[in-house]
Amino acid sequence: MWDFKVFIVAPIFGGDVNLSLDKTAPVGSLSQAFWGVIRREMALYDQHRGDWAMPFLFFIMVVALFSLTLGAGADWLAKVAPTVIWIAVVLALILSLETIFRADFQTGVLDQLGISPYPLSVLMLGKSVAHWIMIGVPLLLLAPLLGGLFLLSQSELWVLFLTLFFGIPTLSLIGALGAALTIGLPQGGVLLAILVLPWMIPVLLFGASALVAVTEGRSFNSELLLLTAIFIATLVIAPMGISAAVRISLES
Amino acid sequence: MKFPFAQLASPKNSYQMAGHLIPWFGLLTLALMSYGVVGGLWWAPSDYQQGDAFRMIYIHVPAAFLSLSIYTIIFCCSVIYLIWQIKLADIVAEMSAAVGATYTFIALVSGALWGKPMWGTWWIWDARLTSELILLFLYFGYMGLRSAIHEPKRAGKAAAVLAIVGMVDIPIVHFSVEWWATLHQGATLAKLAKPSIAVEMLYPLLAMIGGFTFFYGTLLCIRLRTGLLQREWQSLWVREWFNQQSKSCL
Repeated sequence: MWDFKVFIVAPIFGGDVNLSLDKTAPVGSLSQAFWGVIRREMALYDQHRGDWAMPFLFFIMVVALFSLTLGAGADWLAKVAPTVIWIAVVLALILSLETIFRADFQTGVLDQLGISPYPLSVLMLGKSVAHWIMIGVPLLLLAPLLGGLFLLSQSELWVLFLTLFFGIPTLSLIGALGAALTIGLPQGGVLLAILVLPWMIPVLLFGASALVAVTEGRSFNSELLLLTAIFIATLVIAPMGISAAVRISLES
Repeated sequence: MKFPFAQLASPKNSYQMAGHLIPWFGLLTLALMSYGVVGGLWWAPSDYQQGDAFRMIYIHVPAAFLSLSIYTIIFCCSVIYLIWQIKLADIVAEMSAAVGATYTFIALVSGALWGKPMWGTWWIWDARLTSELILLFLYFGYMGLRSAIHEPKRAGKAAAVLAIVGMVDIPIVHFSVEWWATLHQGATLAKLAKPSIAVEMLYPLLAMIGGFTFFYGTLLCIRLRTGLLQREWQSLWVREWFNQQSKSCL
């Protein structure tokens, strides 16, 4: 009587949506679909290079404005650097995530993905991976460069890189979940920021406190391990949440 | 498969039940709060350290307690709505949000007023204060998402996902902030077996918590009826009920 799949899983993730499709049809393996989504996303980023570059310009400008307006002494600047860079990363990511589903929703691609025989969560993970490759990695490489503006030492730049390495994919997965909830809404951008910023606070705190720890000469292991733990948990849970949210948004 | 109590949760039944509950909840609120206010502000002795300033506890603790409890209720309703699609759960969640946000705001303001004489500062970025502030933001995000989506069904489901993620978020935020040294005093009621508070102070506090809870219940019943009418205005039972009402008016 208590069938987990019928009672819990199907109502949430819409298991009955696919029932009309012949799942045995030779449509290619799941990994092919996964890589297909990634390739398609990368091709789209390649087509819209102007849009692709915006988050980085924004990121550089925010960081530059901070270092410009804070001015003052060098040691003091290094103290606020981790906070400024982390917040700039968060803002740039939110800016880039605002449009992650928009075109797909308007052109109906999202509906196609929804009725495909593959689990939507895996396809959404593919979308996130593509976003990480195209936006996350360049941000990851830019951040230590801009850390130079704040006269960070080499070890601090290294810690910044390490924490961002786990922090950026976590943040972009969390942000994608928020973006999936606000698909097709007017004023989606501001709403998205209000929804996802509270979720990002732990990552932000651990990332910044790892840098504070290293400037004070303490070990930053615990912060880094916690960031990794949050990353792994998000990596497992967020794709399911994103696919559930996309299905909810597609219903209307 | 249907939820076992789906019959009880039908809009018509819940509309009538909420109507019956309003006066009882209202009376209980009045009784508990009158005892709590008089007992807390006059009968209870002053604190040996904090003097009369400790009396802020009778507003602060119930509000903080309910701000979290109401979020938990919203979380449970969201789970029920997502899994079993019971409309009542969605309306309860929707109508609880504003009350919960208000209690959170009261808890923050009363905490700041209490903190000024005790700690010498209105605000400190300690774990509990920060979690409470984040909770307020979560409430705002929840209400914002709901008002941004116009179809009630999609709004309910999206808000439910939001509430569930937020519930996961609160403890993580709490522990992430706890890294910094904390100024907040230890929990007063966590160790109910041997409370760290005198009995004359404790009973009014419990009464106030009960009073705040039933006040929430009263408000919820009133708002629930409004919400049911808003959602169900096209259905037969609303029309019948409306005809009855208009007849009795004539």
